[in-house]
Amino acid sequence: MGTTRRIVIAGASMGGLRAAERLRAGGFTGEIVAIGDEPHLPYNRPPLSKEALATEVTHEALAFRLRPAVADVAWRLGVRVAGADLDARAVRLGDGTELTYDGLVVATGMRPRRLHLADSTRPGQTRPGPVTGRHVVRTIEDARALRAELRPGANVLVAGAGFIGCEVAATARTLGASVTVVAPEDVPMLRPLGPGLGAALRRRHEERGVAFLLGRTIAAFLGETGRAGEGSRVTGAELSDGTRVAADVVVEAVGSVANTEWLAGNGLDLSDGVLCDDALRVEGRRGVVAVGDIARFPNPRYDEVPRRVEHWSIPTDTARHAAITLLADLGLAEPAATPFAPLPTFWSDQYELRLQSFGAPALGGSDIRVLEGDLDGEVVVGYHRDGELVGVVLVGMPSAAARYRAACSAAA
Amino acid sequence: MKVIVDMDVCKDHGQCVFAAPEVFQINENGRLVYVAEPDESLRDAVEEAADVCPLQAITIED
Ligand SMILES: Cc1cc2nc3c(=O)[nH]c(=O)nc-3n(C[C@H](O)[C@H](O)[C@H](O)COP(=O)(O)OP(=O)(O)OC[C@H]3O[C@@H](n4cnc5c(N)ncnc54)[C@H](O)[C@@H]3O)c2cc1C
Ligand code: SF4
Repeated sequence: MGTTRRIVIAGASMGGLRAAERLRAGGFTGEIVAIGDEPHLPYNRPPLSKEALATEVTHEALAFRLRPAVADVAWRLGVRVAGADLDARAVRLGDGTELTYDGLVVATGMRPRRLHLADSTRPGQTRPGPVTGRHVVRTIEDARALRAELRPGANVLVAGAGFIGCEVAATARTLGASVTVVAPEDVPMLRPLGPGLGAALRRRHEERGVAFLLGRTIAAFLGETGRAGEGSRVTGAELSDGTRVAADVVVEAVGSVANTEWLAGNGLDLSDGVLCDDALRVEGRRGVVAVGDIARFPNPRYDEVPRRVEHWSIPTDTARHAAITLLADLGLAEPAATPFAPLPTFWSDQYELRLQSFGAPALGGSDIRVLEGDLDGEVVVGYHRDGELVGVVLVGMPSAAARYRAACSAAA
Repeated sequence: MKVIVDMDVCKDHGQCVFAAPEVFQINENGRLVYVAEPDESLRDAVEEAADVCPLQAITIED
């Protein structure tokens, strides 16, 4: 090799770290520059809605181990990638720096979707509404800010009944707050779990005192009158059916948005994350791959539909395959012999309940069967498509996990 | 190679078991048991187990 080659990793979180590790493991000896807009080295996010939120949120406790192999990665932290010119093989950083590359890893992940609602304190005006007391949970800073407000007796309104919403509800309740969950679905965690298990988990939450106002959305936030949108504090919300709920803390857990803006202008399909081929190459662009939450890829295990998968296992799985693809595009490795076909793996902790999911339960939503146990205790639920098992969810039963994981892995 | 699992942190996810079944197992009570000094030939598998532990409870000492 003549001049040193450079691989730029955009996004310095789990996906970016795993990509760096796999590039080194694959024998890449050139320069690796990882650019992240957060001020921290990569850290683990799942505890932010669970144990870390219940105790104390420190980077030290959450940081990923840095293997010796990635000791020479140049981390450019606290600076964003502002733009990219894929034809010129260059990225532009928020501080104006231009950086050329031989290979690019897209690892900028997701950010929480925010509720932009009319301000009920100023009828007829669409201001952002009260700001203080409204939270999301994605970063250490988010979790710290929320943690500071989750005092016993706090009145917490959680918008969204997905996993993060339900985990935050459980954690807040455990900390002694009163908690109400509002969501448009009639059952929490409906899409990933189906109605039966979702309803059973709702009962578990209700037994612990969480209130659910389902089948409706937040129409407006109520705030202390004053200069709305300028530091006024949330006091509650008005729901789509006219109900008013008092709250001094609101957690918006209403889904996420892919951080793709910096890739605009390159003719890519950015309609939902970054569209990739079955080797995680960005839409036929040689030398550009995507990893983690942002990658939308087909999984031949199930079908040809490209999907994004927001599971913790995905940064590691995608990085493993994408690194090979990238090194092959640079002429430094043989391409992978088979397409990327990961077994999706997910877990969630709510109170002492451990949920584990293998495969793609959402694809088997029309044929759901209890395989073992019962819905109000420890249970294994199977999700089938055309009579074939495509996903399982376990509540408890850790010693059965390996067996059901194998069953999901073999099927499809 | 020495493997240490912080059992106060471990929540018996069993992800490590899928990565390195020779070293990590979930027993009948659903708790993790593991080989503290596995053979060097298992290093890759153990490294992977440490990576995939959701609680990041596994450390490897050389
Ligand atoms: C609160 C919470 C709880 C979770 N719990 C679970 C769970 O229990 N089980 C499970 O399986 N999964 C869980 N997940 C999902 C899992 O954490 C994610 O799938 C994983 O973090 C994805 O990693 P990533 O590297 O792809 O993306 P991210 O971690 O989002 O990393 C992207 C990084 O890129 C940075 N970035 C964005 N734009 C730019 C830019 N233009 N320039 C530079 N940097 C940029 C971001 O700031 C971020 O640091 C949870 C996620 C959250 C937020
Ligand atoms: S993966 Fe981690 S938490 Fe799970 S059993 Fe292994 S060490 Fe424990």
